[in-house]
Amino acid sequence: MKEELKVRRIKDGTVIDHIKGGVGRKVLNILGIGGNFPETTILLMNVPSKRIGRKDIVKIENKVLKKDEVDEIALIAPNATLNVIKDYKVVKKGRIELPDVVEGILKCPNPKCISNAGEPMTTKFKVEEKEPVRLRCKYCERIIDLKDVL
Amino acid sequence: MSLKGKDIISIRDLKKEEIELILKTAEKMEPYARGEKPYKLMEGKILGTLFFEPSTRTRLSFTAAMERLGGEVLGFTGVSITSMTKGENLTDTIRTIERYCDVIVMRHPMEGAARLAAEVSVKPIINGGDGANQHPTQTMLDLYTIKKLKRKIAGLNVALLGDLKYGRVMRSLTYALSMFDAKLTLVSPSGLEMSRDIIQEIRKKFKKTPFETNDIDAGLRRADVIYICRIQKERFEDKFEAEKMQKAFRITPEVLEGCKEDIAILHSLPKITEIDPRVDDMKCAKYFDQTFYGVPVRMALLGLVGGAI
Repeated sequence: MKEELKVRRIKDGTVIDHIKGGVGRKVLNILGIGGNFPETTILLMNVPSKRIGRKDIVKIENKVLKKDEVDEIALIAPNATLNVIKDYKVVKKGRIELPDVVEGILKCPNPKCISNAGEPMTTKFKVEEKEPVRLRCKYCERIIDLKDVL
Repeated sequence: MSLKGKDIISIRDLKKEEIELILKTAEKMEPYARGEKPYKLMEGKILGTLFFEPSTRTRLSFTAAMERLGGEVLGFTGVSITSMTKGENLTDTIRTIERYCDVIVMRHPMEGAARLAAEVSVKPIINGGDGANQHPTQTMLDLYTIKKLKRKIAGLNVALLGDLKYGRVMRSLTYALSMFDAKLTLVSPSGLEMSRDIIQEIRKKFKKTPFETNDIDAGLRRADVIYICRIQKERFEDKFEAEKMQKAFRITPEVLEGCKEDIAILHSLPKITEIDPRVDDMKCAKYFDQTFYGVPVRMALLGLVGGAI
């Protein structure tokens, strides 16, 4: 018999699949999903996966992700998949990929960077390498470690 | 190829052909830079010099460059006489001053300030130094000096000596010399080696791997050019160790005995104790010529980005 997940399907919303095991909670943090979030949210952890060993899955009812949310998730869960669900059917499916430039999401950790001087501006980081992620601040040109900005 | 309207913010933004055009144009500027002939290329144009922190050579050589081109200069040094003391931000300052001039050169203590200025200004911005980040016109005049002295850059053995970790000049120069196919030797005290990010970057972009050493004799033996920078005491917790390193990585006539006869010594200046004053009178001391070359290089840049060439 085919093994099935004993978790209910969602009617409308988003499913983020193939998140590396243990990273699902961080995805919820990025999306600001906590106790006060009004929609049903399901986090499955350590689900066996042929592709990545152990994976996490996040299902969120009645929410479609914005571009900046997808870009931020891409930083911690590159290669996760994103499914948009409408009336129980997958209407859009895609892989979460890092953009070439990450805009407005991260704060540069360099205190001498102009982006930390209170100027009316948005931060911009060029993605130098995707695996592992290496970013370069467009302003101070420093190479940034992901752990310093997330 | 035209550089009209281009911002000069970082050496990383420039293609090799663009730098070659600047160096070639600088060569033509030399007689005018020496005042041998008058030149009116930028007559009626104004250069804004915005120096949010002190500078001697960069500000004065840009001023000399614009005046040698027949243009005029307005600007300030230090923020005490500007509206920034009233709390005005850099964005508004740039939006105001760009309306008074045709090209802006700026120095600012915050890294990335020139990039931000370029985003808000319609007029071209030239970065005259943004904190510890970039000083692209210094790098261009360094390349020009090496080319003038040795007639080429590709294949030359260039030794960079001193604090390679914190010096923006050395980082940019490592990048640019790798782009121009020089053979690099990096000589520094332990703990002040060139950042691994730069080493990885030049390996990836230019397929270059410099020879790195903490031994000054081994590092300088084959060099055609030595570029030295200061080792600051503040970089060491132990002041005794700092003084020891300053002495060990100092250029003296004795250190130069084992070097090539036609070696050239460069320094972005100001120099403090890292070069023995006896070296100043030796034919290998080229650092004061190097400061002059800042004028034709900056004339070339002003003419090119100002759209007069």
